[in-house]
Amino acid sequence: MGLEADFEIPVLTTTVEKMVQWARRSSIWPVTFGLACCAIEMMAMSCSRYDIARFGAEVFRGSPRQSDLMIVAGRLSRKMAPALRRIYDQMPEPKWVISMGACASIGGVFDNYALVQGVDQIVPVDVYVPGCPPRPESLIYGIVQLQRKISLQKLT
Amino acid sequence: MKVSNVPDAHAVVASLQQEVPGAAFEAAPTVDLQATIYVARDDVPAAARALRDRPELRYSLLAELTAVDYHPRDPRFELVYLLVSLEHRSRLRLKVRLAGSDARVQTVTGIWPAANWLEREVWDLFGITFDGHPDPRRLLMPEDWDGFPLRKDYPVQIKMTPRASEPLQVTEEEFKANLERDRLTRG
Repeated sequence: MGLEADFEIPVLTTTVEKMVQWARRSSIWPVTFGLACCAIEMMAMSCSRYDIARFGAEVFRGSPRQSDLMIVAGRLSRKMAPALRRIYDQMPEPKWVISMGACASIGGVFDNYALVQGVDQIVPVDVYVPGCPPRPESLIYGIVQLQRKISLQKLT
Repeated sequence: MKVSNVPDAHAVVASLQQEVPGAAFEAAPTVDLQATIYVARDDVPAAARALRDRPELRYSLLAELTAVDYHPRDPRFELVYLLVSLEHRSRLRLKVRLAGSDARVQTVTGIWPAANWLEREVWDLFGITFDGHPDPRRLLMPEDWDGFPLRKDYPVQIKMTPRASEPLQVTEEEFKANLERDRLTRG
Protein backbone atom coordinates (compact mmCIF):
# COMPACT_ATOMS: atom_id res chain seq x y z
CA MET A 1 0.00 0.00 0.00
CA GLY A 2 0.98 3.60 -0.34
CA LEU A 3 1.99 3.57 -4.00
CA GLU A 4 -1.27 5.24 -5.04
CA ALA A 5 0.14 8.76 -4.70
CA ASP A 6 2.88 7.93 -7.24
CA PHE A 7 0.44 7.29 -10.06
CA GLU A 8 -1.58 9.75 -12.06
CA ILE A 9 -4.35 7.23 -12.74
CA PRO A 10 -6.68 6.12 -9.91
CA VAL A 11 -5.40 2.73 -8.73
CA LEU A 12 -5.38 0.65 -5.55
CA THR A 13 -2.74 -1.85 -4.60
CA THR A 14 -3.32 -4.93 -2.45
CA THR A 15 -2.16 -8.50 -2.13
CA VAL A 16 -3.60 -11.37 -4.11
CA GLU A 17 -4.48 -13.10 -0.86
CA LYS A 18 -6.56 -10.22 0.42
CA MET A 19 -8.36 -9.86 -2.86
CA VAL A 20 -9.18 -13.56 -3.04
CA GLN A 21 -10.43 -13.54 0.54
CA TRP A 22 -12.58 -10.50 -0.23
CA ALA A 23 -14.00 -12.14 -3.37
CA ARG A 24 -14.76 -15.39 -1.57
CA ARG A 25 -16.44 -13.91 1.46
CA SER A 26 -18.48 -11.44 -0.57
CA SER A 27 -20.17 -14.00 -2.79
CA ILE A 28 -21.04 -17.04 -0.70
CA TRP A 29 -23.53 -18.96 -2.77
CA PRO A 30 -25.45 -21.50 -0.66
CA VAL A 31 -26.76 -24.72 -2.11
CA THR A 32 -30.53 -25.17 -1.79
CA PHE A 33 -30.67 -27.80 0.92
CA GLY A 34 -33.59 -27.43 3.30
CA LEU A 35 -34.33 -30.51 5.38
CA ALA A 36 -37.03 -29.39 7.82
CA CYS A 37 -38.59 -26.38 9.56
CA CYS A 38 -35.22 -24.57 9.77
CA ALA A 39 -35.47 -24.23 6.00
CA ILE A 40 -38.44 -21.90 6.46
CA GLU A 41 -36.25 -19.52 8.48
CA MET A 42 -33.51 -19.92 5.89
CA MET A 43 -35.97 -18.89 3.16
CA ALA A 44 -37.12 -15.95 5.27
CA MET A 45 -33.49 -14.92 5.60
CA SER A 46 -33.06 -14.86 1.85
CA CYS A 47 -36.22 -12.80 1.26
CA SER A 48 -36.58 -9.06 1.29
CA ARG A 49 -37.25 -8.49 5.01
CA TYR A 50 -33.92 -9.93 6.18
CA ASP A 51 -32.22 -9.82 2.78
CA ILE A 52 -28.89 -11.63 2.80
CA ALA A 53 -28.16 -9.94 -0.51
CA ARG A 54 -26.60 -7.31 1.77
CA PHE A 55 -23.87 -9.87 2.46
CA GLY A 56 -23.64 -11.22 -1.08
CA ALA A 57 -25.07 -14.61 -0.12
CA GLU A 58 -28.53 -14.48 -1.65
CA VAL A 59 -27.93 -16.61 -4.73
CA PHE A 60 -29.23 -20.04 -3.72
CA ARG A 61 -28.08 -22.50 -6.36
CA GLY A 62 -30.01 -25.57 -7.39
CA SER A 63 -26.80 -27.38 -8.27
CA PRO A 64 -24.08 -28.20 -5.74
CA ARG A 65 -21.51 -27.67 -8.49
CA GLN A 66 -22.18 -23.92 -8.42
CA SER A 67 -22.21 -23.54 -4.64
CA ASP A 68 -19.72 -22.57 -1.96
CA LEU A 69 -21.82 -23.08 1.16
CA MET A 70 -24.10 -25.81 2.41
CA ILE A 71 -26.58 -24.73 5.08
CA VAL A 72 -27.79 -27.96 6.68
CA ALA A 73 -31.20 -26.61 7.67
CA GLY A 74 -32.99 -29.23 9.70
CA ARG A 75 -32.78 -32.75 11.08
CA LEU A 76 -30.81 -35.26 9.08
CA SER A 77 -32.15 -38.80 8.94
CA ARG A 78 -29.84 -41.75 8.65
CA LYS A 79 -31.30 -42.58 5.27
CA MET A 80 -30.61 -39.04 4.05
CA ALA A 81 -27.02 -38.99 5.32
CA PRO A 82 -25.41 -40.60 2.22
CA ALA A 83 -27.30 -38.13 -0.01
CA LEU A 84 -26.04 -35.18 2.06
CA ARG A 85 -22.48 -36.45 1.82
CA ARG A 86 -22.83 -36.94 -1.92
CA ILE A 87 -24.07 -33.37 -2.41
CA TYR A 88 -21.20 -32.09 -0.27
CA ASP A 89 -18.71 -34.09 -2.32
CA GLN A 90 -20.10 -32.59 -5.53
CA MET A 91 -19.44 -29.03 -4.37
CA PRO A 92 -16.20 -27.56 -5.71
CA GLU A 93 -13.47 -26.38 -3.33
CA PRO A 94 -13.35 -24.11 -1.42
CA LYS A 95 -16.56 -25.01 0.40
CA TRP A 96 -18.03 -24.40 3.81
CA VAL A 97 -20.82 -25.88 5.91
CA ILE A 98 -23.17 -24.19 8.36
CA SER A 99 -25.02 -26.49 10.73
CA MET A 100 -28.29 -24.70 11.35
CA GLY A 101 -30.36 -25.37 14.45
CA ALA A 102 -30.31 -27.86 17.29
CA CYS A 103 -31.23 -30.93 15.19
CA ALA A 104 -28.46 -30.51 12.66
CA SER A 105 -25.93 -29.72 15.37
CA ILE A 106 -26.63 -32.40 18.00
CA GLY A 107 -29.87 -34.16 17.06
CA GLY A 108 -32.10 -31.75 18.96
CA VAL A 109 -35.08 -33.29 20.70
CA PHE A 110 -34.93 -36.35 18.45
CA ASP A 111 -32.66 -38.66 20.40
CA ASN A 112 -33.70 -41.75 18.48
CA TYR A 113 -32.74 -44.36 15.94
CA ALA A 114 -33.90 -42.46 12.87
CA LEU A 115 -31.75 -39.34 13.07
CA VAL A 116 -28.06 -38.56 12.85
CA GLN A 117 -26.99 -36.97 16.14
CA GLY A 118 -25.06 -34.11 14.58
CA VAL A 119 -24.14 -33.58 10.93
CA ASP A 120 -20.47 -33.21 11.90
CA GLN A 121 -20.42 -37.02 11.79
CA ILE A 122 -21.05 -36.75 8.03
CA VAL A 123 -19.44 -33.50 6.83
CA PRO A 124 -16.98 -31.02 8.42
CA VAL A 125 -18.89 -28.09 9.92
CA ASP A 126 -17.52 -24.54 10.03
CA VAL A 127 -20.23 -22.67 11.94
CA TYR A 128 -22.92 -23.98 14.28
CA VAL A 129 -26.03 -21.81 14.62
CA PRO A 130 -28.01 -22.63 17.79
CA GLY A 131 -31.76 -22.30 18.04
CA CYS A 132 -34.91 -24.30 17.43
CA PRO A 133 -35.30 -22.99 14.83
CA PRO A 134 -32.80 -20.11 14.77
CA ARG A 135 -34.28 -16.79 13.80
CA PRO A 136 -33.12 -15.37 10.47
CA GLU A 137 -30.97 -12.85 12.37
CA SER A 138 -29.12 -15.75 14.01
CA LEU A 139 -28.39 -17.34 10.68
CA ILE A 140 -27.22 -14.01 9.26
CA TYR A 141 -24.90 -13.75 12.27
CA GLY A 142 -23.66 -17.24 11.43
CA ILE A 143 -22.95 -16.19 7.85
CA VAL A 144 -21.10 -13.10 9.06
CA GLN A 145 -19.02 -15.31 11.35
CA LEU A 146 -18.28 -17.53 8.36
CA GLN A 147 -17.21 -14.45 6.38
CA ARG A 148 -14.79 -13.55 9.17
CA LYS A 149 -13.44 -17.08 9.07
CA ILE A 150 -13.01 -16.94 5.31
CA SER A 151 -11.14 -13.63 5.48
CA LEU A 152 -8.67 -15.25 7.89
CA GLN A 153 -8.03 -18.30 5.71
CA LYS A 154 -4.56 -18.24 4.16
CA LEU A 155 -4.12 -19.19 0.54
CA THR A 156 -1.07 -21.33 1.15
CA MET B 1 -78.46 -36.76 1.88
CA LYS B 2 -76.44 -38.20 4.72
CA VAL B 3 -72.73 -37.72 4.33
CA SER B 4 -71.80 -41.01 5.90
CA ASN B 5 -73.74 -44.10 6.87
CA VAL B 6 -72.71 -46.07 9.90
CA PRO B 7 -72.80 -49.74 8.92
CA ASP B 8 -74.16 -52.21 11.41
CA ALA B 9 -71.27 -54.49 12.33
CA HIS B 10 -73.61 -57.43 12.90
CA ALA B 11 -75.17 -57.00 9.46
CA VAL B 12 -71.70 -56.91 7.89
CA VAL B 13 -70.75 -60.07 9.76
CA ALA B 14 -73.98 -61.76 8.65
CA SER B 15 -73.38 -61.07 4.98
CA LEU B 16 -69.72 -62.05 5.28
CA GLN B 17 -70.73 -65.34 6.84
CA GLN B 18 -72.84 -66.15 3.78
CA GLU B 19 -69.80 -65.64 1.57
CA VAL B 20 -67.21 -67.32 3.79
CA PRO B 21 -69.00 -70.05 5.74
CA GLY B 22 -67.16 -71.48 8.70
CA ALA B 23 -64.99 -68.42 9.22
CA ALA B 24 -64.82 -66.76 12.64
CA PHE B 25 -66.04 -63.17 12.44
CA GLU B 26 -66.65 -61.01 15.47
CA ALA B 27 -68.49 -57.70 15.68
CA ALA B 28 -66.79 -55.40 18.18
CA PRO B 29 -68.44 -52.46 19.94
CA THR B 30 -67.23 -48.99 18.93
CA VAL B 31 -67.89 -45.49 20.20
CA ASP B 32 -67.17 -43.63 16.97
CA LEU B 33 -69.13 -43.62 13.72
CA GLN B 34 -67.27 -46.57 12.35
CA ALA B 35 -68.14 -50.23 12.76
CA THR B 36 -65.40 -52.65 13.74
CA ILE B 37 -65.18 -56.33 12.97
CA TYR B 38 -62.50 -58.86 13.80
CA VAL B 39 -61.44 -61.54 11.34
CA ALA B 40 -59.29 -64.59 11.94
CA ARG B 41 -55.93 -64.44 10.22
CA ASP B 42 -56.51 -67.29 7.78
CA ASP B 43 -59.80 -65.81 6.53
CA VAL B 44 -58.35 -62.43 5.55
CA PRO B 45 -58.14 -62.97 1.74
CA ALA B 46 -61.64 -64.47 1.47
CA ALA B 47 -63.17 -61.84 3.76
CA ALA B 48 -61.41 -59.03 1.91
CA ARG B 49 -62.70 -60.27 -1.43
CA ALA B 50 -66.23 -60.55 -0.07
CA LEU B 51 -66.04 -57.07 1.46
CA ARG B 52 -65.01 -55.66 -1.89
CA ASP B 53 -67.35 -57.62 -4.16
CA ARG B 54 -70.63 -58.24 -2.36
CA PRO B 55 -73.21 -55.71 -3.61
CA GLU B 56 -74.44 -54.77 -0.11
CA LEU B 57 -70.84 -54.12 1.06
CA ARG B 58 -68.68 -52.88 -1.85
CA TYR B 59 -65.74 -51.69 0.24
CA SER B 60 -63.78 -50.89 -2.89
CA LEU B 61 -61.25 -48.52 -1.31
CA LEU B 62 -58.55 -49.45 1.17
CA ALA B 63 -57.94 -46.11 2.88
CA GLU B 64 -55.32 -47.24 5.35
CA LEU B 65 -53.57 -50.31 6.62
CA THR B 66 -51.60 -50.12 9.83
CA ALA B 67 -50.80 -52.15 12.92
CA VAL B 68 -50.72 -51.79 16.69
CA ASP B 69 -48.22 -53.47 18.98
CA TYR B 70 -49.79 -54.45 22.33
CA HIS B 71 -46.57 -55.88 23.73
CA PRO B 72 -46.40 -57.78 26.09
CA ARG B 73 -50.02 -58.88 25.63
CA ASP B 74 -50.70 -61.95 23.53
CA PRO B 75 -51.85 -61.92 20.75
CA ARG B 76 -49.36 -59.17 20.40
CA PHE B 77 -50.26 -57.40 17.13
CA GLU B 78 -53.47 -56.10 15.67
CA LEU B 79 -53.63 -55.26 12.00
CA VAL B 80 -56.13 -52.52 11.17
CA TYR B 81 -57.63 -52.18 7.69
CA LEU B 82 -59.69 -49.03 7.18
CA LEU B 83 -62.14 -49.61 4.34
CA VAL B 84 -64.36 -47.17 2.49
CA SER B 85 -67.45 -47.99 0.48
CA LEU B 86 -67.91 -45.17 -2.01
CA GLU B 87 -71.16 -46.69 -3.19
CA HIS B 88 -72.82 -46.95 0.23
CA ARG B 89 -71.01 -43.98 1.81
CA SER B 90 -69.75 -45.97 4.74
CA ARG B 91 -66.52 -46.86 6.44
CA LEU B 92 -65.50 -50.08 8.13
CA ARG B 93 -62.63 -51.00 10.43
CA LEU B 94 -61.37 -54.52 9.88
CA LYS B 95 -59.01 -55.90 12.50
CA VAL B 96 -56.86 -59.01 12.61
CA ARG B 97 -55.16 -60.35 15.74
CA LEU B 98 -51.68 -61.76 15.23
CA ALA B 99 -49.49 -63.67 17.66
CA GLY B 100 -46.02 -62.24 18.23
CA SER B 101 -44.39 -65.61 17.59
CA ASP B 102 -46.09 -66.03 14.22
CA ALA B 103 -46.74 -62.53 12.87
CA ARG B 104 -47.65 -63.28 9.26
CA VAL B 105 -50.74 -62.86 7.13
CA GLN B 106 -51.76 -63.28 3.49
CA THR B 107 -51.33 -60.19 1.34
CA VAL B 108 -54.37 -58.30 0.01
CA THR B 109 -52.50 -56.59 -2.84
CA GLY B 110 -54.48 -58.70 -5.31
CA ILE B 111 -57.74 -57.27 -3.94
CA TRP B 112 -56.74 -53.66 -3.23
CA PRO B 113 -53.59 -52.61 -5.13
CA ALA B 114 -53.23 -49.75 -2.63
CA ALA B 115 -52.14 -52.34 -0.09
CA ASN B 116 -48.74 -52.69 -1.77
CA TRP B 117 -46.91 -49.82 -0.09
CA LEU B 118 -49.04 -50.00 3.06
CA GLU B 119 -48.03 -53.60 3.61
CA ARG B 120 -44.42 -52.72 2.91
CA GLU B 121 -44.63 -50.02 5.57
CA VAL B 122 -46.15 -52.37 8.14
CA TRP B 123 -43.46 -54.94 7.37
CA ASP B 124 -40.78 -52.27 7.62
CA LEU B 125 -41.83 -50.88 10.99
CA PHE B 126 -43.56 -53.81 12.74
CA GLY B 127 -41.99 -56.86 11.13
CA ILE B 128 -45.31 -58.41 10.17
CA THR B 129 -44.78 -60.64 7.14
CA PHE B 130 -47.24 -60.47 4.25
CA ASP B 131 -47.13 -63.77 2.40
CA GLY B 132 -47.40 -63.44 -1.36
CA HIS B 133 -46.49 -59.77 -1.46
CA PRO B 134 -45.13 -58.88 -4.93
CA ASP B 135 -42.40 -56.53 -3.64
CA PRO B 136 -41.46 -57.28 -0.02
CA ARG B 137 -38.82 -54.60 0.55
CA ARG B 138 -38.45 -52.00 3.26
CA LEU B 139 -40.19 -48.73 2.51
CA LEU B 140 -39.04 -46.09 5.01
CA MET B 141 -35.92 -47.42 6.69
CA PRO B 142 -32.64 -48.08 4.84
CA GLU B 143 -32.72 -51.42 3.05
CA ASP B 144 -30.05 -53.02 5.24
CA TRP B 145 -31.69 -51.90 8.50
CA ASP B 146 -31.75 -54.37 11.36
CA GLY B 147 -34.91 -54.59 13.49
CA PHE B 148 -38.40 -53.10 13.39
CA PRO B 149 -38.53 -49.64 14.99
CA LEU B 150 -42.20 -49.36 15.89
CA ARG B 151 -42.19 -52.52 17.99
CA LYS B 152 -42.56 -51.67 21.65
CA ASP B 153 -39.43 -53.60 22.61
CA TYR B 154 -37.23 -51.81 20.08
CA PRO B 155 -34.31 -49.83 21.60
CA VAL B 156 -35.33 -46.37 20.41
CA GLN B 157 -32.17 -44.50 21.43
CA ILE B 158 -29.98 -46.86 19.48
CA LYS B 159 -26.36 -45.72 19.18
CA MET B 160 -24.57 -46.53 16.00
CA THR B 161 -22.40 -44.74 13.51
CA PRO B 162 -24.42 -43.24 10.65
CA ARG B 163 -23.36 -44.27 7.20
CA ALA B 164 -21.97 -41.49 5.02
CA SER B 165 -22.08 -43.42 1.76
CA GLU B 166 -24.17 -46.06 0.09
CA PRO B 167 -23.13 -48.63 -2.49
CA LEU B 168 -23.42 -47.69 -6.14
CA GLN B 169 -26.78 -48.45 -7.70
CA VAL B 170 -24.98 -49.88 -10.75
CA THR B 171 -21.99 -52.18 -11.05
CA GLU B 172 -18.66 -50.80 -12.17
CA GLU B 173 -19.07 -52.43 -15.60
CA GLU B 174 -22.50 -50.88 -16.08
CA PHE B 175 -21.11 -47.50 -15.02
CA LYS B 176 -18.34 -47.70 -17.59
CA ALA B 177 -20.77 -48.90 -20.27
CA ASN B 178 -23.01 -45.90 -19.51
CA LEU B 179 -20.08 -43.52 -19.89
CA GLU B 180 -19.10 -45.14 -23.16
CA ARG B 181 -22.66 -44.92 -24.49
CA ASP B 182 -22.84 -41.24 -23.54
CA ARG B 183 -19.56 -40.60 -25.31
CA LEU B 184 -20.79 -42.33 -28.49
CA THR B 185 -24.16 -40.55 -28.57
CA ARG B 186 -22.47 -37.17 -28.20
CA GLY B 187 -20.32 -37.99 -31.23
